Amino acid sequence: MAVSTRLTPLWSRYATPLIDSLLILGIVFLFTSGLLLVVGTSPLEAYGHLMKGSFGSWSKFSRVLNVWIPLILCSMGLLYAFRTGLWNIGVEGQMVLGAIGATAMLRLGLDGGSPWLWLGLAMLAGMLLGALWALLAGWLKVWGGVHEIFTGLGLNFVAVGLVLWLIFGPWKRPGIASMSGTQPFPRELWFPTLEGWRVSPFAIGLALIVILASWWLLNRSRFGLNLKAVGRNPRAVPLYGLSPDRYLLIAIMISGALAGLAGMLQVSGVYHRLIPAISSGYGYLGLLVVMLANFRLLPIPFIALFFAALNVGSIQLPMMMQLDSSLSGVIQGACVLSALLVFGLRRLRQRRLA
Amino acid sequence: MNDLPLSVLLASVLATAAPLIIAALGETITEKAGVINLSLDGSMLLTAMVGFLVAYETHSFVLAFTAAAAIGALIAAIVGIFGIYLGQLQVAVGFALTLMCKDLAYFLGNPYSRLQGPQMVPMKIPLLGDIPFIGPVLFQQPLVVYFSLLLIAAVWWYLYHSVRGLELRAVGENPEAAYTRGIDPRRKQLLYTLIGGALVGIAGAAYSLDIKPGWGRPQGIEGLGWIALAIVIFGGWHPIKVALGALLFAFLQVFGITLQSYWPGIPAQVFQVAPFPLMILALVLVNLLQRDGVQRWLERRPGLALLLGKLRGAPPRALGRSFHPD
Repeated sequence: MAVSTRLTPLWSRYATPLIDSLLILGIVFLFTSGLLLVVGTSPLEAYGHLMKGSFGSWSKFSRVLNVWIPLILCSMGLLYAFRTGLWNIGVEGQMVLGAIGATAMLRLGLDGGSPWLWLGLAMLAGMLLGALWALLAGWLKVWGGVHEIFTGLGLNFVAVGLVLWLIFGPWKRPGIASMSGTQPFPRELWFPTLEGWRVSPFAIGLALIVILASWWLLNRSRFGLNLKAVGRNPRAVPLYGLSPDRYLLIAIMISGALAGLAGMLQVSGVYHRLIPAISSGYGYLGLLVVMLANFRLLPIPFIALFFAALNVGSIQLPMMMQLDSSLSGVIQGACVLSALLVFGLRRLRQRRLA
Repeated sequence: MNDLPLSVLLASVLATAAPLIIAALGETITEKAGVINLSLDGSMLLTAMVGFLVAYETHSFVLAFTAAAAIGALIAAIVGIFGIYLGQLQVAVGFALTLMCKDLAYFLGNPYSRLQGPQMVPMKIPLLGDIPFIGPVLFQQPLVVYFSLLLIAAVWWYLYHSVRGLELRAVGENPEAAYTRGIDPRRKQLLYTLIGGALVGIAGAAYSLDIKPGWGRPQGIEGLGWIALAIVIFGGWHPIKVALGALLFAFLQVFGITLQSYWPGIPAQVFQVAPFPLMILALVLVNLLQRDGVQRWLERRPGLALLLGKLRGAPPRALGRSFHPD
C-alpha cells in the first residue's frame, strides 16, 4: 500500500499528460479524417500537403517561424492575464494597435535619421499603444464593471476600423488607396535579419527571451505569486496589502505590450507595411494555444509551433486540392475541444474515485 | 438618397433586427437557466451555411430551417455537456467552438460560395397589410420577422407566467435550492441550452435565406453573434428589453447607412464600427446603475431614475457556474 501511494503520483505525473496528449491527437485525427472523407478527399493526401507545405523546405519552415514568433508573444502575454483570471480576448486589437504605433514611428523614420533609432522607437511605440489599448479594456472592467470579453471584442472591431481608416485616409498610398495596405517601407527600415534569412533570427531571439523571462516571472518570482493570488482569491488579497485592481491592470498591460510587440514585428519584419489584416487572427489563435496548453507555460512553444505549421501548411490546400485553407482552423479548434473533453473526463473520473 | 420613405426604413429596421432578436432571445433562455453559450458568432455562421446548403439542395425552407436549428442545438449541446456535466469552463468551450464553427462553415461551405440560391419572399398579411404606413412596416414582412415578434411574447410568457419558466429561473438563480425541491438542475440547464442553440440556428439560417441572402466569404454576419451576446446583457436578461436592444442596434445600423450620406467627410469605417463602442458604453451605463452611489444620486432625480431604472437588470446568480449534486 505504502509503495503504491508513493509511486502513483510519480507515475501519473509523466504518464497522465502523455496518455492525454495521445488521446487528444487520436480524437482530432479521427474527426479530421472523417471530415475530409465527407467532403470527398483523401485525408492522407491532405496531411501530406500540410506536412510538405510547412516542413518541406527551409524556406517554408522559416515561414512557419514567422507565424510562431507573434503566436508566442500573444500566448505568453495571455498567460499573465489568465493568471489573474482575466480573459483578454482583446489581444487581437492590442496587436493591431501595436502595428499602428510601429507604422507611425517608421513613417517618421522615412525622413532620415538612424534606422536603428526608429526601429527601437517603433518597438516602444508598438508596445506602448498595445498596453494602453489593453489598459482601456482593463479599466472598463475594474471601473465600469463590464466583462473584459465584451470590451475586448468591441475594441478589436474598433481597432480594425481604425486600421482601415488609416489605410484609406491619412496613410493612403500615393495615387490610390487600396486593401493592399500602405506604401511599403524602404529596406533599411525593415526589422534586421541575416543575409538569405526569411525569418529574422533576432525576432526568434526576442521570442525566446520573452519565454524565459515569462517562465521566471510567472513561476519563480514574487510578482508571479501575487498575480496567482489575485486570480485565485481576489477577496483575500487585500489582507496581504496587495491591490487586486492594480495587479489586474498590470497583468493586462503586460499582455497588451507583448501583443503590441507582435504587431510591431508583423509590420517591420513580415509585411513591411500596414495591411488591413495585420494581426492575421494570431491573437485569437493564441487564446486557443493557451487553452490547449491547459494554461501552463511549458507546452506553449511546442503547441504554437504545431499551430503555426498548420497555418502555413494549409496555404497549399486551395491550390493543390481545391480545399478551403480554413481546414487549419478546424483542426486547431478540434484540438482544443478534444483537450477540454479529455481533461473534463479525467476530472470526472477523479471525482468518482475520490 | 434620402427619398426613401420612413415606412421603408422602419420596415428594414424590423427585418434587420429579426435574426438578432431570435438569437438574443435564444441566448436569454440559456443564460436565464444559468449557462453561458459563447459560441453564437461561429454558430450563427455555420447554421447560415447549413441553411443555405440544405435549401439549395432540397428547395425546402422547412428542411433548411430544421437542419439549421438541429446544428445550432448540436453546438449548444457541446457547450452544455462539457460545461454542465464535465465541469469545464463554459466560456472556454464556447470560445473554442466560436472559432472552430467559423472555420468549419468556410471549409464545408466552400463549394457553395457565391451560388444563386433560393430566397424567401416577403409575405403580405391580407387586410392588415393594406393599412397605410403600418401595413408596409409591420405586415408585409418576411416570415422570420413575424416569428421574431411572436417569439418575444412567447419567451416573456414562458419565463414569467408558466410553472416551467419559474423552474427555469430557479435553476439559473439557485440550482442548489432547486435541487432540494426535486428539480434536476443539470437536465433543465441542458434542455434550455439546446433550445437556445436551436433558436440561434434559426437566426443563422434567417440571415442566409432571407436578410442577407446567399453564402460566401465573408458572409457579412461576422461579429453579429457577439452583438447578440452583448444585447442580452444590455437587455438585463429580460426578453422584452433584450428585443428592444436588438431593435435599437438594427436602428443604428440602418440609420447609420442613411446618416453616412449626410456627412460624407466621415469615413465609412467609422459608421461600420460605431455600434461596438456604443455597446460598450451602454454596458458601462447598465453596470454603473447598479452602484450605490449612483442610485443615491438618482433618488434625488425621480424623472431620470424612472427612465434609467428600466435599464437595470442583474445577471442570473448561477450564470456560468457548474452545479454539482454533492
